[in-house]
Amino acid sequence: MKKLSARRRHPLAAVVVLLFALAATGGLYAAFAPAGTAKADETAQSLAIEEGKKLYSVGCASCHGTGGQGTSDGPSLVGVGSAAVDFQVATGRMPAQQPGAQVPKKPNIYSQAQIDQLAAYVASLGAGPITPTESQYDPAGADIARGGELFRSNCAQCHNFTGEGGALSNGKYAPSLEGVSPKHLYEAMQTGPQNMPSFPDTTMPEQEKRDIIAYVQAVNGEKADNPGGLSLGGLGPVSEGLFAWVFGLGALIAVAVWVAAHTAKAKKS
Amino acid sequence: MSTVTDTTKKAPAGERVADWADGRLGIYTLAKANMRKIFPDHWSFMLGEICLYSFLIIILTGVYLTMFFHPSMNEVEYVGPYVPLQGQLMSEAFNSTMHISFEVRGGLLIRQIHHWAALIFLAGMFVHMMRVFFTGAFRKPREINWLFGFLLFFLGMFTGFTGYSLPDDLLSGTGVRFMQGAILSVPIVGTYLSMFLFGGEFPGGDFVARFYSAHVLLLPGIMLGLVVAHLILVFVHKHTHFEGPGRTNKNVVGMPLLPVYMAKAGGFFFLVFGVIAVISAVASINPIWALGPYRPDQVSTGAQPDWYMGFAEGLIRVMPGWEINLWGHTLVLGVMIPLAIFPAVLAAIAVYPFIESWITGDKREHHIAQRPRNAPTRTAFGVAWITAYMVMLVGGGNDLWATHFHLSINSITWFVRIFFFLGPVIAFIVTKRICLGLQRRDKDKVLHGRESGIIKRLPHGEFVEVHEPLSQGQLHRLTAHEQYEPAELPPAVDENGVERKIGAMEKLRVKLNKGYYGADNQVAKPTSEEYKEIQSGHGHH
Repeated sequence: MKKLSARRRHPLAAVVVLLFALAATGGLYAAFAPAGTAKADETAQSLAIEEGKKLYSVGCASCHGTGGQGTSDGPSLVGVGSAAVDFQVATGRMPAQQPGAQVPKKPNIYSQAQIDQLAAYVASLGAGPITPTESQYDPAGADIARGGELFRSNCAQCHNFTGEGGALSNGKYAPSLEGVSPKHLYEAMQTGPQNMPSFPDTTMPEQEKRDIIAYVQAVNGEKADNPGGLSLGGLGPVSEGLFAWVFGLGALIAVAVWVAAHTAKAKKS
Repeated sequence: MSTVTDTTKKAPAGERVADWADGRLGIYTLAKANMRKIFPDHWSFMLGEICLYSFLIIILTGVYLTMFFHPSMNEVEYVGPYVPLQGQLMSEAFNSTMHISFEVRGGLLIRQIHHWAALIFLAGMFVHMMRVFFTGAFRKPREINWLFGFLLFFLGMFTGFTGYSLPDDLLSGTGVRFMQGAILSVPIVGTYLSMFLFGGEFPGGDFVARFYSAHVLLLPGIMLGLVVAHLILVFVHKHTHFEGPGRTNKNVVGMPLLPVYMAKAGGFFFLVFGVIAVISAVASINPIWALGPYRPDQVSTGAQPDWYMGFAEGLIRVMPGWEINLWGHTLVLGVMIPLAIFPAVLAAIAVYPFIESWITGDKREHHIAQRPRNAPTRTAFGVAWITAYMVMLVGGGNDLWATHFHLSINSITWFVRIFFFLGPVIAFIVTKRICLGLQRRDKDKVLHGRESGIIKRLPHGEFVEVHEPLSQGQLHRLTAHEQYEPAELPPAVDENGVERKIGAMEKLRVKLNKGYYGADNQVAKPTSEEYKEIQSGHGHH
């Protein structure tokens, strides 16, 4: 300590202090500054975009164009966002099998990592809805009754009271919501796939989407209970009427035939 | 001495009770007249019983439901056990139906029995009506009873509709709105009728209470009266029976009311109740908790009425949305025309007995049920009518046909539009051909016998199938039916050479009559000469 204080008026002391200060700030900067991580992420991101672009060229480009600009066979993907890609590809709708009134749901052939890469590529074409995180779509603790009210106001017109689906014009349809994961329900509302209108956060906040997801899970999920017995598809009076004719009246006519066949005549032996 | 003991020795208790009742009600005379009343045995004669028993089941379960149902549209908040509706605002009617479904002991089962029995009641009446139609059991003296039965079906439709609307759920509310739309389409008075029915603008606060009194009091009261009248007439006319040895237009062959028929009918009631109860315990119907309470600003896809109104739904669904604007008033043809066709189609079947008796000119009594093939034109008309009805049912469920068969709803709508007119024509022609073919087959069977399936080889190598002659009873059954001669117009000039005046209606009648009984419209049944000639053994045939 004495040595240090003795040399504090050395002509080079200021230079040394300056060097130390520079080294400390530089070192601290190097250690804590976000620049480094940002740069590393950028690399991963660009790698994902790169990979996504390769997948895109194979599976999507024939209809959506080599740069996602769209062709006569498929719309432009600029600005659809990663949420739309995640929904369309993970539910197997895209890549489409054939053109038609509507592209149906089918088994998905991509891994989630590949879907993320595709989504990254399409998201890089223009800003759009981002794939939601679990905290956004997790229905735990949401208000089911409020969700039901919102569902009947916004969704039931096409998807039926409990999301069994329904017909639209010229062969298009609103699909059944049975077995659709909360994430995909959320993404569908956010992006409005195919014939569905979109419900962005400005018109339907995140909380309301969670309420709707909770309602769909409660009435049409795996744990939905039908206190009345067989739900007959949840389709209402048409399936009920068919059931009444076939099993109700059918059984009663069978019984009538049986009763009429057993008469008081002496038995032939 | 002995007389004293005789009077003190009392008759058995049962006899004394019967004596007491006879003194006041005259049951002995009634029993004497009716205990041995004969009912023929055929399963199709029990379709009416299915209707009667399901009607009784509906009344019994309905009484239970009235104990818990509140026919009020006051708004309340739901606090019951069904989580997805907790905290929602709803009418008291909906709330009390939720209470019945989730909290009242056996409530949901009774509700489901009530509703399933209603669907089966209407379906049973439809089939019963068709049985009577196709066997010609509506002919004199049963025309009035046919009308009573038709009225029961017609009122049943509206009793069902008002009942379906009572829970005030989103599905039935849409149905009521549909009905209000139909009322509004009536020219000039439509808006007034709607305001009168709903006590103001739709939905108002009155319709549940009004539908309730119609559903539990007015309509079932009329129906109960009609059921009683219907049964009295069945007793008075006695039952029809099919052709057979010993069965004539003047007798009834079957089992006596007591004990055989009573046991069968009583047992059948419990079988009907049992089948309906099993269905109600297994399958859900009108799950109002999944539908939610009615709010005029909400609607769901797949909103259909119960099946018996599906025909009306179809008419509205497939009708093009035409309208005419005249002097500031809109004539909504897209709704008004279906509203007019709906009763017209039903009336077509209701008045048929009178039309047929006018065409045939047959005013005699008929107690023999005909086989449908032996009345080809009538059978063809009936099948054509059912075809039009069923095509419209397809129209009423066009969205579900579209989703479940991967079709375009527009194509289905066009199919229904075309086949509502074309379908009955095709059905008429095809059915008539089938009936005539069956008549020819009967004739063939009578003359040549039954194909035994045994192939015989003759000495010269020819193969023939051995035909077994029919028994006397079978021959009777196939030839007993009556065949009409086609009507002819009288000669154009009478015996004095004066031109005869024949009205247009009479000309039409004769033309239609030829359509029923003309040369190509029935196959002459085999005569005994033909039979004898063929059976006399001209060898292989």
